Amino acid sequence: MSELLPPVIVGAGPAGIRAAERLVAAGLRPVVVDEAARWGGQIYRQPPDGGFTRPKTALYGFEAGKADAVHRAMAAIRDRVDYRPRTLVWNCEAGALDLLSDGTSEILPFSHLILATGATDRVLPFPGWTLPGVFTLGGSQVALKFQGCAVGRRVAFLGTGPLLYLVAYQYLKAGVEVAGVFDTTPFAAQARATTGMLRDPATLAKGLLFVGWLRAHGVPIHNGVRPVRAEGAERVEALVWRDARGQERRTGCDAVAFGLGLRSETQLADLAGCRFRFDEADRAWLPERDGAGCSSVPGVYLAGDGSGIAGADAAELAGERAALALLEDLGRPVEAARVKELDGRLARIAAFRRSLSAAFPFPVDWAAAIADDTMICRCEGITAGAVREVARSGQAREMNRAKALTRVGMGRCQGRMCGATMAELLSRTLGTGPDGVGRLRAQPPIKPLPIATIVPSPRGGEGTDGREVA
Amino acid sequence: MALLQRVAEQGRRVVRFTLDGRPVEALEGDTVMTAMLTNGERLRRTEFADTPRAGFCMMGACQDCWVRTEEGERLRACGTFIADGMRLVSGGEWTS
Repeated sequence: MSELLPPVIVGAGPAGIRAAERLVAAGLRPVVVDEAARWGGQIYRQPPDGGFTRPKTALYGFEAGKADAVHRAMAAIRDRVDYRPRTLVWNCEAGALDLLSDGTSEILPFSHLILATGATDRVLPFPGWTLPGVFTLGGSQVALKFQGCAVGRRVAFLGTGPLLYLVAYQYLKAGVEVAGVFDTTPFAAQARATTGMLRDPATLAKGLLFVGWLRAHGVPIHNGVRPVRAEGAERVEALVWRDARGQERRTGCDAVAFGLGLRSETQLADLAGCRFRFDEADRAWLPERDGAGCSSVPGVYLAGDGSGIAGADAAELAGERAALALLEDLGRPVEAARVKELDGRLARIAAFRRSLSAAFPFPVDWAAAIADDTMICRCEGITAGAVREVARSGQAREMNRAKALTRVGMGRCQGRMCGATMAELLSRTLGTGPDGVGRLRAQPPIKPLPIATIVPSPRGGEGTDGREVA
Repeated sequence: MALLQRVAEQGRRVVRFTLDGRPVEALEGDTVMTAMLTNGERLRRTEFADTPRAGFCMMGACQDCWVRTEEGERLRACGTFIADGMRLVSGGEWTS
Protein backbone atom coordinates (compact mmCIF):
# COMPACT_ATOMS: atom_id res chain seq x y z
CA MET A 1 0.00 0.00 0.00
CA SER A 2 2.60 2.53 1.08
CA GLU A 3 4.63 2.08 -2.15
CA LEU A 4 1.72 3.72 -3.90
CA LEU A 5 2.45 7.04 -2.20
CA PRO A 6 4.45 9.40 -4.38
CA PRO A 7 7.98 10.16 -3.14
CA VAL A 8 8.21 13.52 -1.41
CA ILE A 9 11.09 15.98 -1.82
CA VAL A 10 11.47 18.88 0.59
CA GLY A 11 13.34 21.78 -0.99
CA ALA A 12 13.57 23.00 -4.58
CA GLY A 13 17.20 24.02 -4.67
CA PRO A 14 19.94 22.27 -6.67
CA ALA A 15 19.62 19.02 -4.66
CA GLY A 16 15.82 18.84 -4.67
CA ILE A 17 15.52 19.67 -8.36
CA ARG A 18 18.09 17.08 -9.46
CA ALA A 19 16.41 14.48 -7.25
CA ALA A 20 13.02 15.27 -8.79
CA GLU A 21 14.44 15.12 -12.28
CA ARG A 22 15.83 11.63 -11.70
CA LEU A 23 12.58 10.34 -10.17
CA VAL A 24 10.56 11.75 -13.07
CA ALA A 25 12.93 10.06 -15.52
CA ALA A 26 12.06 6.77 -13.79
CA GLY A 27 8.37 7.41 -14.39
CA LEU A 28 7.44 8.59 -10.87
CA ARG A 29 5.54 11.77 -10.02
CA PRO A 30 7.22 13.20 -6.90
CA VAL A 31 5.75 15.88 -4.68
CA VAL A 32 8.18 18.82 -4.43
CA VAL A 33 7.50 21.08 -1.46
CA ASP A 34 9.33 24.41 -1.23
CA GLU A 35 8.99 27.44 1.00
CA ALA A 36 9.92 29.88 -1.76
CA ALA A 37 7.61 31.22 -4.45
CA ARG A 38 9.97 30.11 -7.26
CA TRP A 39 12.35 27.19 -7.54
CA GLY A 40 16.14 27.51 -7.38
CA GLY A 41 16.92 27.44 -3.65
CA GLN A 42 19.07 30.14 -2.07
CA ILE A 43 22.24 30.21 -4.18
CA TYR A 44 20.27 29.98 -7.44
CA ARG A 45 17.31 31.93 -6.08
CA GLN A 46 15.24 33.55 -8.82
CA PRO A 47 13.88 37.10 -8.63
CA PRO A 48 10.13 37.43 -8.01
CA ASP A 49 7.76 37.23 -10.96
CA GLY A 50 7.05 40.40 -12.85
CA GLY A 51 9.20 43.34 -13.85
CA PHE A 52 12.66 42.02 -12.99
CA THR A 53 14.86 42.16 -16.07
CA ARG A 54 18.50 41.46 -15.18
CA PRO A 55 19.91 38.52 -17.16
CA LYS A 56 21.19 35.45 -15.34
CA THR A 57 24.78 36.47 -16.07
CA ALA A 58 24.18 39.56 -13.94
CA LEU A 59 22.45 37.61 -11.16
CA TYR A 60 24.72 34.59 -10.87
CA GLY A 61 28.01 35.66 -12.50
CA PHE A 62 30.30 32.71 -13.23
CA GLU A 63 27.58 30.34 -11.99
CA ALA A 64 24.98 31.62 -14.48
CA GLY A 65 25.27 28.49 -16.63
CA LYS A 66 24.76 26.19 -13.67
CA ALA A 67 21.89 28.28 -12.28
CA ASP A 68 20.20 28.31 -15.66
CA ALA A 69 20.64 24.54 -16.08
CA VAL A 70 19.07 23.89 -12.67
CA HIS A 71 16.17 26.28 -13.40
CA ARG A 72 15.58 24.67 -16.80
CA ALA A 73 15.70 21.17 -15.34
CA MET A 74 12.77 22.04 -13.08
CA ALA A 75 10.88 23.85 -15.84
CA ALA A 76 11.22 20.76 -18.03
CA ILE A 77 9.59 18.47 -15.47
CA ARG A 78 7.12 21.02 -14.10
CA ASP A 79 4.09 19.14 -15.51
CA ARG A 80 5.29 15.81 -14.18
CA VAL A 81 5.78 16.79 -10.53
CA ASP A 82 3.28 17.81 -7.87
CA TYR A 83 5.01 21.14 -7.15
CA ARG A 84 3.98 22.98 -3.96
CA PRO A 85 5.68 26.41 -3.81
CA ARG A 86 5.11 28.85 -0.90
CA THR A 87 4.62 25.84 1.35
CA LEU A 88 6.31 25.38 4.71
CA VAL A 89 6.92 21.88 6.06
CA TRP A 90 6.49 22.49 9.78
CA ASN A 91 6.54 18.97 11.16
CA CYS A 92 7.46 15.40 10.30
CA GLU A 93 6.21 12.48 12.36
CA ALA A 94 4.60 9.08 11.99
CA GLY A 95 5.26 8.86 8.26
CA ALA A 96 3.70 12.17 7.36
CA LEU A 97 4.61 15.81 6.91
CA ASP A 98 2.59 18.78 8.09
CA LEU A 99 2.46 21.44 5.41
CA LEU A 100 1.36 25.05 5.70
CA SER A 101 0.25 26.94 2.62
CA ASP A 102 -1.88 30.11 2.47
CA GLY A 103 -2.78 29.82 6.13
CA THR A 104 -4.04 26.26 5.88
CA SER A 105 -2.22 23.21 7.19
CA GLU A 106 -2.40 19.85 5.50
CA ILE A 107 -1.04 16.39 6.31
CA LEU A 108 0.98 14.70 3.58
CA PRO A 109 1.74 11.02 4.22
CA PHE A 110 4.90 9.62 2.67
CA SER A 111 6.67 6.31 2.25
CA HIS A 112 9.86 7.76 0.76
CA LEU A 113 11.19 11.21 1.62
CA ILE A 114 14.19 13.16 0.32
CA LEU A 115 15.20 16.05 2.56
CA ALA A 116 17.04 18.79 0.66
CA THR A 117 16.53 21.53 3.20
CA GLY A 118 19.61 23.67 2.54
CA ALA A 119 21.54 25.93 4.86
CA THR A 120 21.79 29.43 6.24
CA ASP A 121 24.74 31.50 7.43
CA ARG A 122 26.55 30.39 10.56
CA VAL A 123 27.07 33.36 12.87
CA LEU A 124 28.61 34.31 16.17
CA PRO A 125 27.55 37.41 18.08
CA PHE A 126 29.51 40.63 18.57
CA PRO A 127 28.43 43.84 20.26
CA GLY A 128 26.11 45.76 17.97
CA TRP A 129 25.19 42.81 15.77
CA THR A 130 21.47 43.50 16.13
CA LEU A 131 21.77 47.09 14.82
CA PRO A 132 19.90 47.84 11.60
CA GLY A 133 22.48 47.51 8.83
CA VAL A 134 24.10 44.30 10.09
CA PHE A 135 22.96 41.48 7.82
CA THR A 136 24.23 38.00 7.07
CA LEU A 137 26.40 37.48 3.98
CA GLY A 138 23.72 35.23 2.50
CA GLY A 139 21.07 37.83 3.27
CA SER A 140 23.17 40.57 1.67
CA GLN A 141 23.38 38.44 -1.44
CA VAL A 142 19.62 37.81 -1.40
CA ALA A 143 19.01 41.58 -1.22
CA LEU A 144 21.10 42.12 -4.33
CA LYS A 145 20.00 39.10 -6.36
CA PHE A 146 16.33 38.93 -5.38
CA GLN A 147 15.52 42.61 -4.84
CA GLY A 148 18.13 44.64 -6.73
CA CYS A 149 19.12 46.29 -3.45
CA ALA A 150 22.35 46.75 -1.54
CA VAL A 151 22.27 46.56 2.25
CA GLY A 152 24.02 49.95 2.42
CA ARG A 153 25.95 52.61 0.50
CA ARG A 154 29.29 51.64 2.01
CA VAL A 155 29.42 48.04 3.16
CA ALA A 156 31.99 46.21 5.31
CA PHE A 157 32.30 42.46 4.68
CA LEU A 158 33.20 40.48 7.80
CA GLY A 159 33.80 36.82 8.56
CA THR A 160 35.07 33.83 6.66
CA GLY A 161 34.08 31.34 3.98
CA PRO A 162 33.73 31.46 0.19
CA LEU A 163 30.69 33.77 0.41
CA LEU A 164 32.79 36.51 2.01
CA TYR A 165 34.79 37.29 -1.13
CA LEU A 166 32.03 36.32 -3.56
CA VAL A 167 29.45 38.72 -2.12
CA ALA A 168 32.00 41.53 -1.70
CA TYR A 169 32.89 41.08 -5.39
CA GLN A 170 29.22 41.06 -6.41
CA TYR A 171 28.58 44.28 -4.49
CA LEU A 172 31.58 45.96 -6.05
CA LYS A 173 30.40 44.88 -9.51
CA ALA A 174 26.94 46.31 -8.73
CA GLY A 175 28.54 49.69 -8.07
CA VAL A 176 28.39 49.62 -4.28
CA GLU A 177 31.29 50.97 -2.25
CA VAL A 178 33.04 48.17 -0.36
CA ALA A 179 34.57 49.58 2.84
CA GLY A 180 36.79 46.54 3.22
CA VAL A 181 36.95 42.79 3.56
CA PHE A 182 37.59 41.80 7.16
CA ASP A 183 38.59 38.15 7.04
CA THR A 184 38.81 36.32 10.36
CA THR A 185 41.28 33.82 8.89
CA PRO A 186 44.99 34.49 9.34
CA PHE A 187 46.75 34.94 6.01
CA ALA A 188 49.14 32.04 6.66
CA ALA A 189 46.32 29.54 7.15
CA GLN A 190 44.80 30.56 3.85
CA ALA A 191 48.09 30.28 1.99
CA ARG A 192 48.70 26.79 3.40
CA ALA A 193 45.23 25.64 2.45
CA THR A 194 45.69 26.82 -1.12
CA THR A 195 47.76 23.72 -1.80
CA GLY A 196 44.78 21.49 -1.05
CA MET A 197 42.53 23.71 -3.12
CA LEU A 198 44.59 22.91 -6.21
CA ARG A 199 42.37 19.83 -6.42
CA ASP A 200 39.78 22.15 -7.91
CA PRO A 201 41.70 24.76 -9.93
CA ALA A 202 38.54 26.38 -11.31
CA THR A 203 37.18 27.20 -7.86
CA LEU A 204 40.59 28.33 -6.68
CA ALA A 205 40.92 30.57 -9.74
CA LYS A 206 37.54 32.16 -9.07
CA GLY A 207 38.53 32.85 -5.47
CA LEU A 208 41.80 34.44 -6.57
CA LEU A 209 39.95 36.46 -9.19
CA PHE A 210 37.56 37.89 -6.58
CA VAL A 211 40.48 38.84 -4.35
CA GLY A 212 42.41 40.30 -7.29
CA TRP A 213 39.44 42.30 -8.52
CA LEU A 214 38.75 43.69 -5.04
CA ARG A 215 42.41 44.69 -4.59
CA ALA A 216 42.58 46.23 -8.06
CA HIS A 217 39.64 48.43 -7.11
CA GLY A 218 41.35 49.63 -3.97
CA VAL A 219 39.32 47.56 -1.51
CA PRO A 220 41.39 46.91 1.62
CA ILE A 221 41.54 43.23 2.58
CA HIS A 222 42.51 42.45 6.16
CA ASN A 223 43.30 38.96 7.48
CA GLY A 224 43.19 37.67 11.04
CA VAL A 225 40.51 40.21 12.01
CA ARG A 226 38.25 40.03 15.07
CA PRO A 227 35.23 42.32 15.38
CA VAL A 228 35.11 44.58 18.43
CA ARG A 229 31.68 46.13 17.83
CA ALA A 230 29.32 47.62 15.28
CA GLU A 231 28.75 51.23 16.32
CA GLY A 232 25.70 53.38 15.85
CA ALA A 233 22.63 54.70 17.64
CA GLU A 234 19.75 53.72 15.35
CA ARG A 235 21.79 52.08 12.59
CA VAL A 236 25.35 51.05 11.73
CA GLU A 237 27.80 53.95 11.53
CA ALA A 238 31.11 52.08 11.84
CA LEU A 239 32.76 48.73 12.37
CA VAL A 240 35.38 48.67 15.10
CA TRP A 241 37.78 45.76 14.70
CA ARG A 242 41.07 44.38 15.90
CA ASP A 243 43.76 43.65 13.35
CA ALA A 244 46.07 40.61 13.30
CA ARG A 245 48.54 42.42 15.58
CA GLY A 246 45.84 43.15 18.14
CA GLN A 247 45.49 46.83 17.32
CA GLU A 248 41.99 48.32 17.49
CA ARG A 249 40.86 50.10 14.32
CA ARG A 250 37.68 51.77 13.12
CA THR A 251 36.14 51.72 9.65
CA GLY A 252 33.21 53.98 8.80
CA CYS A 253 30.39 52.15 7.01
CA ASP A 254 26.60 52.04 6.99
CA ALA A 255 26.26 48.27 6.74
CA VAL A 256 28.08 45.11 7.77
CA ALA A 257 27.60 41.88 5.81
CA PHE A 258 28.68 39.07 8.05
CA GLY A 259 28.95 35.27 8.16
CA LEU A 260 31.22 32.40 9.18
CA GLY A 261 30.41 29.74 6.64
CA LEU A 262 27.09 27.93 6.58
CA ARG A 263 25.04 25.77 8.94
CA SER A 264 22.70 22.99 7.87
CA GLU A 265 18.93 23.10 8.35
CA THR A 266 18.53 19.74 10.10
CA GLN A 267 15.22 20.12 11.95
CA LEU A 268 13.13 17.87 9.70
CA ALA A 269 15.74 15.10 9.69
CA ASP A 270 15.64 15.26 13.48
CA LEU A 271 11.84 15.05 13.61
CA ALA A 272 11.96 12.18 11.09
CA GLY A 273 14.00 10.25 13.64
CA CYS A 274 17.35 10.29 11.84
CA ARG A 275 20.41 9.45 13.92
CA PHE A 276 22.92 12.31 14.25
CA ARG A 277 26.70 12.40 14.58
CA PHE A 278 29.11 15.21 15.37
CA ASP A 279 30.92 16.40 12.25
CA GLU A 280 34.36 17.87 12.93
CA ALA A 281 34.61 19.76 9.64
CA ASP A 282 31.25 21.53 10.08
CA ARG A 283 31.65 21.66 13.88
CA ALA A 284 28.01 20.65 14.12
CA TRP A 285 25.71 17.70 14.75
CA LEU A 286 24.47 16.37 11.42
CA PRO A 287 22.10 13.60 10.43
CA GLU A 288 24.08 10.52 9.42
CA ARG A 289 24.05 9.74 5.72
CA ASP A 290 25.91 7.15 3.74
CA GLY A 291 27.57 7.87 0.40
CA ALA A 292 24.26 7.34 -1.38
CA GLY A 293 22.33 9.75 0.85
CA CYS A 294 20.49 7.13 2.93
CA SER A 295 19.80 8.23 6.51
CA SER A 296 19.50 5.87 9.48
CA VAL A 297 15.71 5.75 8.85
CA PRO A 298 14.59 3.49 6.00
CA GLY A 299 12.88 5.53 3.30
CA VAL A 300 14.38 8.86 4.42
CA TYR A 301 17.18 10.24 2.24
CA LEU A 302 19.38 13.32 2.72
CA ALA A 303 20.89 15.51 0.01
CA GLY A 304 22.66 18.84 -0.25
CA ASP A 305 23.78 21.35 2.34
CA GLY A 306 20.92 20.44 4.72
CA SER A 307 22.90 17.45 5.96
CA GLY A 308 26.48 18.76 5.71
CA ILE A 309 27.97 21.76 3.92
CA ALA A 310 29.46 20.91 0.53
CA GLY A 311 28.11 23.60 -1.80
CA ALA A 312 25.80 23.76 -4.79
CA ASP A 313 27.75 21.51 -7.19
CA ALA A 314 27.79 18.70 -4.63
CA ALA A 315 24.11 19.32 -3.90
CA GLU A 316 23.16 18.66 -7.52
CA LEU A 317 25.09 15.39 -7.53
CA ALA A 318 23.85 14.33 -4.09
CA GLY A 319 20.24 15.04 -5.06
CA GLU A 320 20.47 12.77 -8.05
CA ARG A 321 22.37 10.16 -6.02
CA ALA A 322 19.70 10.11 -3.29
CA ALA A 323 17.00 9.67 -5.93
CA LEU A 324 18.89 6.68 -7.34
CA ALA A 325 19.14 5.18 -3.84
CA LEU A 326 15.39 5.68 -3.43
CA LEU A 327 14.70 4.01 -6.78
CA GLU A 328 16.92 1.11 -5.83
CA ASP A 329 14.97 0.70 -2.57
CA LEU A 330 11.77 0.61 -4.61
CA GLY A 331 13.26 -2.25 -6.61
CA ARG A 332 13.63 -0.16 -9.74
CA PRO A 333 16.59 -0.71 -12.04
CA VAL A 334 19.31 1.93 -11.74
CA GLU A 335 22.24 2.49 -14.05
CA ALA A 336 25.35 1.24 -12.21
CA ALA A 337 27.70 3.37 -14.32
CA ARG A 338 25.86 6.55 -13.37
CA VAL A 339 25.95 5.60 -9.68
CA LYS A 340 29.69 5.03 -9.93
CA GLU A 341 30.25 8.35 -11.70
CA LEU A 342 28.24 10.29 -9.12
CA ASP A 343 30.03 8.55 -6.23
CA GLY A 344 33.40 9.42 -7.74
CA ARG A 345 32.53 13.07 -8.27
CA LEU A 346 31.05 13.38 -4.78
CA ALA A 347 34.21 11.88 -3.28
CA ARG A 348 36.38 14.42 -5.12
CA ILE A 349 34.21 17.30 -3.88
CA ALA A 350 34.43 15.94 -0.32
CA ALA A 351 38.24 16.06 -0.52
CA PHE A 352 38.14 19.61 -1.86
CA ARG A 353 35.66 20.55 0.82
CA ARG A 354 38.14 19.52 3.52
CA SER A 355 40.71 21.95 2.15
CA LEU A 356 38.07 24.69 2.05
CA SER A 357 37.42 24.08 5.76
CA ALA A 358 41.13 24.53 6.36
CA ALA A 359 41.19 27.72 4.30
CA PHE A 360 38.23 29.23 6.17
CA PRO A 361 38.41 27.84 9.72
CA PHE A 362 35.77 28.56 12.33
CA PRO A 363 37.23 31.24 14.66
CA VAL A 364 37.13 29.25 17.89
CA ASP A 365 38.83 31.98 19.93
CA TRP A 366 36.12 34.49 18.93
CA ALA A 367 33.50 32.28 20.58
CA ALA A 368 35.69 31.90 23.66
CA ALA A 369 36.15 35.65 24.00
CA ILE A 370 32.49 36.69 23.79
CA ALA A 371 31.94 39.10 26.69
CA ASP A 372 29.36 38.14 29.32
CA ASP A 373 27.21 41.16 28.49
CA THR A 374 27.06 40.44 24.73
CA MET A 375 23.59 39.53 23.55
CA ILE A 376 23.68 36.08 22.00
CA CYS A 377 19.94 35.51 21.55
CA ARG A 378 18.48 38.03 19.10
CA CYS A 379 14.92 36.81 19.72
CA GLU A 380 14.75 37.33 23.46
CA GLY A 381 17.78 39.48 24.25
CA ILE A 382 19.71 36.99 26.41
CA THR A 383 23.42 37.42 27.11
CA ALA A 384 26.43 35.10 26.97
CA GLY A 385 26.78 35.46 30.74
CA ALA A 386 23.41 33.78 31.31
CA VAL A 387 24.58 30.65 29.49
CA ARG A 388 27.94 30.57 31.25
CA GLU A 389 26.16 30.95 34.60
CA VAL A 390 23.93 27.88 34.21
CA ALA A 391 26.97 25.88 33.13
CA ARG A 392 29.22 27.13 35.92
CA SER A 393 26.61 26.54 38.62
CA GLY A 394 26.16 22.95 37.50
CA GLN A 395 22.51 23.46 36.49
CA ALA A 396 23.06 22.60 32.83
CA ARG A 397 25.53 20.17 31.32
CA GLU A 398 23.99 20.02 27.85
CA MET A 399 22.14 22.18 25.33
CA ASN A 400 18.51 21.37 26.05
CA ARG A 401 18.77 21.96 29.80
CA ALA A 402 20.60 25.24 29.13
CA LYS A 403 17.82 26.17 26.72
CA ALA A 404 15.15 25.44 29.32
CA LEU A 405 16.92 27.55 31.93
CA THR A 406 18.06 30.49 29.82
CA ARG A 407 15.54 30.45 26.91
CA VAL A 408 18.45 30.69 24.45
CA GLY A 409 17.27 28.55 21.53
CA MET A 410 13.64 28.84 22.60
CA GLY A 411 12.81 32.05 20.76
CA ARG A 412 11.36 32.42 17.29
CA CYS A 413 14.53 31.34 15.45
CA GLN A 414 14.57 28.11 17.49
CA GLY A 415 18.32 28.13 17.82
CA ARG A 416 19.19 28.80 14.19
CA MET A 417 21.07 32.02 15.01
CA CYS A 418 22.19 31.25 18.58
CA GLY A 419 22.69 27.46 18.67
CA ALA A 420 26.32 27.46 17.53
CA THR A 421 27.14 30.16 20.08
CA MET A 422 25.45 28.33 22.93
CA ALA A 423 27.32 25.11 22.09
CA GLU A 424 30.64 26.99 22.09
CA LEU A 425 29.91 28.78 25.39
CA LEU A 426 28.65 25.67 27.18
CA SER A 427 31.40 23.33 26.02
CA ARG A 428 34.11 25.86 26.80
CA THR A 429 32.73 26.60 30.29
CA LEU A 430 32.27 22.90 31.05
CA GLY A 431 35.66 21.98 29.59
CA THR A 432 34.24 19.43 27.14
CA GLY A 433 34.96 19.31 23.41
CA PRO A 434 32.47 21.01 21.06
CA ASP A 435 30.74 17.63 20.74
CA GLY A 436 30.34 17.24 24.50
CA VAL A 437 27.16 19.24 25.13
CA GLY A 438 24.70 17.55 22.77
CA ARG A 439 22.46 19.37 20.35
CA LEU A 440 19.18 21.25 20.48
CA ARG A 441 16.24 18.92 19.84
CA ALA A 442 14.02 20.08 17.00
CA GLN A 443 10.50 21.02 18.01
CA PRO A 444 7.44 21.28 15.78
CA PRO A 445 6.43 23.67 14.41
CA ILE A 446 9.97 24.19 13.13
CA LYS A 447 9.07 27.78 12.23
CA PRO A 448 6.44 30.00 13.87
CA LEU A 449 2.93 29.53 12.51
CA PRO A 450 0.23 32.19 12.53
CA ILE A 451 -2.16 31.39 15.38
CA ALA A 452 -5.01 31.50 12.85
CA THR A 453 -3.56 28.51 10.98
CA ILE A 454 -6.24 25.96 10.27
CA VAL A 455 -4.87 22.63 11.47
CA PRO A 456 -6.55 19.43 10.31
CA SER A 457 -7.40 16.49 12.58
CA PRO A 458 -4.49 14.39 13.80
CA ARG A 459 -3.49 11.29 11.90
CA GLY A 460 -6.33 8.80 12.21
CA GLY A 461 -8.04 10.76 15.00
CA GLU A 462 -10.83 13.27 15.30
CA GLY A 463 -11.26 16.81 16.53
CA THR A 464 -8.69 19.53 16.90
CA ASP A 465 -5.04 18.75 16.71
CA GLY A 466 -3.96 20.02 20.09
CA ARG A 467 -0.31 20.33 19.17
CA GLU A 468 1.29 23.46 20.46
CA VAL A 469 1.62 26.32 18.07
CA ALA A 470 4.42 28.81 18.60
CA MET B 1 17.22 57.84 5.43
CA ALA B 2 16.71 54.51 3.75
CA LEU B 3 18.65 51.50 5.01
CA LEU B 4 18.52 49.51 1.76
CA GLN B 5 19.75 51.12 -1.46
CA ARG B 6 18.27 50.28 -4.85
CA VAL B 7 21.03 49.52 -7.36
CA ALA B 8 19.07 47.71 -10.11
CA GLU B 9 15.58 46.65 -11.30
CA GLN B 10 14.04 50.07 -10.86
CA GLY B 11 11.69 49.90 -13.86
CA ARG B 12 8.95 48.00 -12.02
CA ARG B 13 5.41 49.18 -11.36
CA VAL B 14 5.02 51.51 -8.37
CA VAL B 15 3.12 50.16 -5.35
CA ARG B 16 1.64 52.61 -2.83
CA PHE B 17 1.38 51.79 0.87
CA THR B 18 1.60 53.61 4.18
CA LEU B 19 4.43 53.40 6.70
CA ASP B 20 3.59 54.73 10.15
CA GLY B 21 0.69 56.60 8.57
CA ARG B 22 2.87 58.27 5.93
CA PRO B 23 2.05 57.52 2.25
CA VAL B 24 5.13 56.02 0.57
CA GLU B 25 6.07 54.07 -2.55
CA ALA B 26 7.69 50.73 -3.29
CA LEU B 27 8.01 48.60 -6.43
CA GLU B 28 6.08 45.51 -7.44
CA GLY B 29 8.04 42.43 -6.41
CA ASP B 30 9.49 44.13 -3.34
CA THR B 31 9.23 42.21 -0.13
CA VAL B 32 7.67 44.07 2.79
CA MET B 33 11.22 44.26 4.11
CA THR B 34 12.54 45.99 0.98
CA ALA B 35 9.51 48.27 0.83
CA MET B 36 9.95 49.39 4.45
CA LEU B 37 13.75 49.64 4.46
CA THR B 38 13.93 51.67 1.23
CA ASN B 39 11.63 54.15 3.02
CA GLY B 40 13.07 53.98 6.52
CA GLU B 41 15.75 52.46 8.66
CA ARG B 42 13.99 49.86 10.78
CA LEU B 43 11.22 47.28 10.73
CA ARG B 44 10.26 47.41 14.41
CA ARG B 45 11.48 48.01 17.93
CA THR B 46 12.05 45.03 20.19
CA GLU B 47 9.70 44.32 23.06
CA PHE B 48 12.58 43.77 25.50
CA ALA B 49 14.94 46.65 25.01
CA ASP B 50 13.07 49.05 22.70
CA THR B 51 15.99 48.81 20.29
CA PRO B 52 15.53 49.05 16.52
CA ARG B 53 15.67 45.92 14.33
CA ALA B 54 15.82 45.60 10.56
CA GLY B 55 16.03 41.86 9.91
CA PHE B 56 19.17 39.81 9.55
CA CYS B 57 19.12 36.66 7.38
CA MET B 58 16.58 37.63 4.66
CA MET B 59 15.77 33.98 4.04
CA GLY B 60 13.16 33.09 6.60
CA ALA B 61 15.44 31.53 9.21
CA CYS B 62 16.21 34.18 11.85
CA GLN B 63 12.64 35.45 12.41
CA ASP B 64 14.08 38.90 13.15
CA CYS B 65 11.94 40.68 10.55
CA TRP B 66 8.43 40.28 11.94
CA VAL B 67 6.45 43.48 11.44
CA ARG B 68 2.94 44.60 12.30
CA THR B 69 0.19 46.06 10.21
CA GLU B 70 -1.99 48.83 11.63
CA GLU B 71 -4.64 46.15 12.26
CA GLY B 72 -2.15 44.24 14.41
CA GLU B 73 -1.51 41.39 11.97
CA ARG B 74 2.04 40.02 12.13
CA LEU B 75 3.97 39.46 8.88
CA ARG B 76 7.42 38.02 8.22
CA ALA B 77 8.77 40.90 6.18
CA CYS B 78 11.39 38.98 4.17
CA GLY B 79 8.87 36.42 2.94
CA THR B 80 5.83 38.61 2.26
CA PHE B 81 5.43 40.77 -0.84
CA ILE B 82 4.25 44.37 -0.63
CA ALA B 83 0.77 45.12 -1.99
CA ASP B 84 -1.11 48.31 -2.76
CA GLY B 85 -2.81 49.78 0.27
CA MET B 86 -0.88 47.90 2.94
CA ARG B 87 -0.68 49.86 6.19
CA LEU B 88 2.53 48.97 8.00
CA VAL B 89 4.03 50.23 11.25
CA SER B 90 7.63 50.26 12.44
CA GLY B 91 7.08 51.44 16.00
CA GLY B 92 6.91 49.22 19.06
CA GLU B 93 6.42 45.53 18.39
CA TRP B 94 3.23 45.23 20.43
CA THR B 95 1.71 48.64 19.71
CA SER B 96 0.49 50.13 16.50
